[in-house]
Amino acid sequence: MVEFTLPKNSRVMKGAVFTSPTSAKNIRKFKIYRYDADTGKNPRLDTYEVDMDTCGPMVLDALIKIKNEIDSSLTFRRSCREGVCGSCAMNIDGTNTLACIKDLKEVNGDVKIYPLPHMPVLKDLVPDLTEAYEQYTSIKPWLKSDTPVSGKERLQTPEERQELDGLWECVLCFSCSTSCPSYWWNGDKYLGPAALLQAYRWLADSRDDSTKDRLEELEDPFKMYRCHTIMNCTKTCPKNLNPAKAIAKTKKMMLEHG
Amino acid sequence: MGKKTNLVGEIIQDPKVKPLSPHLQVYRPQITSVLSITHRMTGVVLSVGSLGLASWIIAGAFGEQVFSVAQLIISYWISQLLLFAWTLCLFYHLLNGIRHLFWDAGKGLEISQVTWSGWFVVSSACVLNIIFWLIAYGFFAKLV
Repeated sequence: MVEFTLPKNSRVMKGAVFTSPTSAKNIRKFKIYRYDADTGKNPRLDTYEVDMDTCGPMVLDALIKIKNEIDSSLTFRRSCREGVCGSCAMNIDGTNTLACIKDLKEVNGDVKIYPLPHMPVLKDLVPDLTEAYEQYTSIKPWLKSDTPVSGKERLQTPEERQELDGLWECVLCFSCSTSCPSYWWNGDKYLGPAALLQAYRWLADSRDDSTKDRLEELEDPFKMYRCHTIMNCTKTCPKNLNPAKAIAKTKKMMLEHG
Repeated sequence: MGKKTNLVGEIIQDPKVKPLSPHLQVYRPQITSVLSITHRMTGVVLSVGSLGLASWIIAGAFGEQVFSVAQLIISYWISQLLLFAWTLCLFYHLLNGIRHLFWDAGKGLEISQVTWSGWFVVSSACVLNIIFWLIAYGFFAKLV
């Protein structure tokens, strides 16, 4: 359902301001979305003044610094700090990306940080990804082959293997799905670019034998065809992958297979 | 049902209903999404506007008098301005529609291509619309 405004319980209120000690010279403001279910209050936007002379270069460095030195209650997901785990996906300066590989120099002025858009929020910057993971599971992200297991690898030619480049690198951070207006309005029925890129990853795999079944699964007015080639997904992907192209290729396969 | 309160008596939200994170409110407008919604909106304008244009033509079927009234209405400056906007929508929707056909054929889907083709469509629609109106107002006829 298209709903432009936020529900009443989701409107963001003014939050607290954590001023920096006067000794700090190079100060930058971070405006961060906060929500704590235990208080029963609406989400708020807290402001943290951070001394940049003692802060690392990435957005994640600043978040960790705030958590360590200013407000230990600030909650966010992070793990690898080098863009391979996909945990720290959030909305930074208006677009979705991974906090660990987003350079603070790329942001002008105050740094605004929100959770991934149009998702149920568990706490602060932590969205509930249960449904997104279920959608991922629904595309059966595993090899389905008719050839019996022989005890050896299933071989591919270098060309066949190349078909998977730009697909296997996806870290399932869901930056793309949560940047997509179609996913915002129909996220319950439309699988979203992240799951659809994975669907194509298996369609493109020469070792997989269930192409027909996989395509049939997607033959539905919503699951894939809610993609209107808006391309916010590709624009925002922190790994520079192209979900829109993967979906376009899937649509073409659909035609070719009748 | 009474409202829920916390220990100090403040009215609280049901913690089981998770808030929805901000979306349109915080997402920075992108060349991709802005041109996409423009495609939709120009489509709506074209549908509504074509009703107006159709009634102009239908007026002709009612004879000379009715048509001359319609002529009068459509030549009024505000109608001309609306028509100018309508043809701009027409050119944008047409060109962007062709852009969509390329995408459906699997072409031009790299983000660099999407960016330039987007700006190309916007600027071409403006240029075509100006040429169209110069022709309509006989500008080129005067030159010959």
